[in-house]
Amino acid sequence: MKCGVVVFPGSNCDHDCYHILKHILGLSTEWIWHKDDADLDRFDAVVLPGGFSFGDYLRPGAISRFSPVMKAVTRYANKGGHILGICNGFQILLEAGLLPGALLTNRSQKFICKPVATVVETTETPFTRSCKKNAVLKLPIAHKQGNYFADTETLQRMADNGQVLLRYADAAGQVTEAANPNGSVGNIAAVANERKNVMGMMPHPERAADPLWPNVDGQAIFQSLIESIAS
Amino acid sequence: MSAPNEPEITPQVVADHGLTAGEYERIQELLGRAPNFTELGIFSVMWSEHCSYKSSRPHLKTLPIEGPRVIEGPGENAGVVDIGDGLAAVFKIESHNHPSFVEPHQGAATGVGGIMRDVFTMGARPIALLNSLRFGEPADARTRFLLNGVVEGIASYGNCTGVPTVGGEVYFDPCYNGNILVNAFCLGLVKTDKVFRARAGGVGNAVIYVGSKTGRDGIHGASLLASAEFDERTEEKRPTVQVGDPFTEKLLIEACLELMKKDWVIGVQDMGAAGLTSSSFEMAGREGTGIEMDLSKVPLRETGMTPYEILLSESQERMLFVVEKGHEEDAIEIFRKWDLDAAFIGHVTASPSVRILFEGREVVNLPVLPVVDGCLGLERPARRPVWLDHVKELDLAAVDEPAQGGAALKALLGSLNIASREWVYEQYDHMVRLNTLIMPGSDAAVLRVPDTNKALAIAVDCNSRYCQLDPYLGAQIAVSECARNIACSGGEPIGLTNCLNFGNPERPEIMWQFEQAVRGIGDACRFFDIPVVSGNVSLYNETKGEAIFPTPTVALVGLLEDRDWQTSQWFKNSGDEIGLLGETFPELGGSEYLSVLHKETRGSPPALDLNREKRLQALVRELIHGRHILSAHDCSEGGLAVALAESCISHPETPLGAEIGLFSPLRKDALLFGESQSRVVISYPREARDTIAARAGERKTPFTPLGSVGGEALAIAVNGEEYIREDVRTLNDLWRGSLGDYVRQTS
Repeated sequence: MKCGVVVFPGSNCDHDCYHILKHILGLSTEWIWHKDDADLDRFDAVVLPGGFSFGDYLRPGAISRFSPVMKAVTRYANKGGHILGICNGFQILLEAGLLPGALLTNRSQKFICKPVATVVETTETPFTRSCKKNAVLKLPIAHKQGNYFADTETLQRMADNGQVLLRYADAAGQVTEAANPNGSVGNIAAVANERKNVMGMMPHPERAADPLWPNVDGQAIFQSLIESIAS
Repeated sequence: MSAPNEPEITPQVVADHGLTAGEYERIQELLGRAPNFTELGIFSVMWSEHCSYKSSRPHLKTLPIEGPRVIEGPGENAGVVDIGDGLAAVFKIESHNHPSFVEPHQGAATGVGGIMRDVFTMGARPIALLNSLRFGEPADARTRFLLNGVVEGIASYGNCTGVPTVGGEVYFDPCYNGNILVNAFCLGLVKTDKVFRARAGGVGNAVIYVGSKTGRDGIHGASLLASAEFDERTEEKRPTVQVGDPFTEKLLIEACLELMKKDWVIGVQDMGAAGLTSSSFEMAGREGTGIEMDLSKVPLRETGMTPYEILLSESQERMLFVVEKGHEEDAIEIFRKWDLDAAFIGHVTASPSVRILFEGREVVNLPVLPVVDGCLGLERPARRPVWLDHVKELDLAAVDEPAQGGAALKALLGSLNIASREWVYEQYDHMVRLNTLIMPGSDAAVLRVPDTNKALAIAVDCNSRYCQLDPYLGAQIAVSECARNIACSGGEPIGLTNCLNFGNPERPEIMWQFEQAVRGIGDACRFFDIPVVSGNVSLYNETKGEAIFPTPTVALVGLLEDRDWQTSQWFKNSGDEIGLLGETFPELGGSEYLSVLHKETRGSPPALDLNREKRLQALVRELIHGRHILSAHDCSEGGLAVALAESCISHPETPLGAEIGLFSPLRKDALLFGESQSRVVISYPREARDTIAARAGERKTPFTPLGSVGGEALAIAVNGEEYIREDVRTLNDLWRGSLGDYVRQTS
């Protein structure tokens, strides 16, 4: 299995994703420079990592969607390639129109960096198939614009189609207002496109995947991808 | 020789440049002529207190700077310490106090940017940021605004550049009402054979400018803002504060580190205080060479800038490189890849002078040494303040001892100097780069050293109240406590950097405090064998004659040969035993307890016995390395009771209770809230007790089992009678919530 990690000039979780994919999961992994729009067909999965791709002084992702690589990413998505956008990567995929909805500034108006609990809503996607339904994954968040929003109609369509993958929850897996760190509608933490080959998530699975730390819940996302591609 | 339309130099112009008449005379003597206006500007910044260290230099020379691990000590952009495996830790702490008071967000942000550049200038990849912050009293109208702005500024810069902010300290005291402190620390890693120096070597080599375009911001930031005290006109100084662009900094880090892999890169320095001026003069000065450059080639943000403005601009995110002749285009190509401006602006010359051209004419021609070394060190008079005799008096008999301790414990845990810093560090990305083994909220941050089994522990510390009451002792305690924090985390200190924040050095009382504090740091470092490898001095921290408490902030880096030694402060399991290493004396002078509950800052700070401290730290490390103990937390502000409470509630997930029984003839408040030095609260499995007792005996350190972890409450009995019993969830909510609650209050 071969993975690509897209590097925008201000990506800063690129090394962390690379480390987990290559050194922890033992996958063949390559960098993809954002100025490169060559086809991505050689990859089994492409990761858009977190960071501040172009400084994000404007809306996060609003400039990066114009990077040459996004043309290749869009072609790859349309062909059914697996794309995982984490944090800023999620924001970019939204701006590029590859995922539904939008990410607003956190309810607190502050950057928030802390571990949170999320509950797995569906296992019928390539990104969650190794999880148990309603399993609780503890994953760190680190963002200022992670307050997910979509209109009621879109939300209904997403719910009907199983496009909500993770919701913020308490330690027992209950989706409560108190467990919502940033004001996301319906506590949504991760979504997929209609075809379910593109996933965007605000929590950082790569920050909970190295066994040097006690929590490796994030491995479930990468393991799901590995299983999907193998099958 | 001069730029067109330059103002004439009058005594008023000289004074406006912060130079004394004597200094101006010396400039003329050294040059054998009068400087032109642009040259006067250069002297003004290079001879400012901020750049020349003219008041502090004679004292700083007394600090111990050598050690077997030291690769670069003070004098370079940052200190470099060998950590084995062919790697070195590069670190420094620096102040950005005045800019942060005038404009908190940008002031703090650019403080972070500046210190980061000092580190990657040495060729190191920055991997950790810490900071030490001081604000005025919580009730002061500006405090909330400044706290919010500073934390946001640090967050915006650190988070965007992808360097985690892993620790630090925040204190509030009325002495900072008119002058807050923002000290930023950065640590990076570099291969020992790839350390870069700020040197302009090799005649004929190319001088390359890279990074942001030069604008009119920050002109005279160093000379006029940082080197004078505040007054009614402080607000007018806002234009001297620079504006940060962390995205450009991130690009600059990546591009510079990519460039530095090339063997044709000779030297590099960031354009910090005094911008292009200091970087060019200092690089030439260290090598004994000269530089000739053409300002017409410098990328500019706006038209019509004069040579004076270009040379003195403190626009952020700029670096000056010297590369081998013939590689100009190769260097510029790397910056182009990262969409950064870069320009070939000059070359290294044999004659030790800096010659500057602009639009075809020579505008500056100055010998290097008079500019970088010509400013005379000042032997400023020092005098012990008379008020010290008064504030040192403390009659404990007049201090009421509470009948029960619960209320006092809660008051302390909820006070802003002790409460959890969660509201602050949740705004910082403290995890990015996957090195943070111990997250913020313990005695020290611990980071793994990638590709090795090692880890680094980092802590910053200073109790300025102690320093106000006794600057010599206070500074020694700062070093000792910081080293204790490192020991409690499993590490051995390998290098220290300091940021010396004081008032106006022209006042003998301030100079006395400075001299005492530097002596204290020096003596403690010599005793513990810790080299001082870098540092920064910030003077004139006062407003209308009211100085801050002396605040000699120290940051220590410790090495853990095995990262599995990492130890945090919180209790781990119900059923574990709790013990105290060290001894408690009847000491309440300068304590947080006295300040919070009795509104007094007086008395003598707790005594410090360096021998006792050294034995304690060696013991703690030995117990950690032998895996006999599971947690270690030093007793500092709030004393034993607060240390016990924090060990119960600082666990990132579940607070744990504890049952404690103390036996002592001391007054109960001194026993529980006194801040005697050289004490550590530990927890361990029951079966380890005898080993711990034996090891403590060998190290001549008192060891007292105090009780056990468990239950829903922190219960402390003194001489068999219950003195405190509080639900740990209540204590936890109070401690974790109070800082955020304070910030969110709107009136």
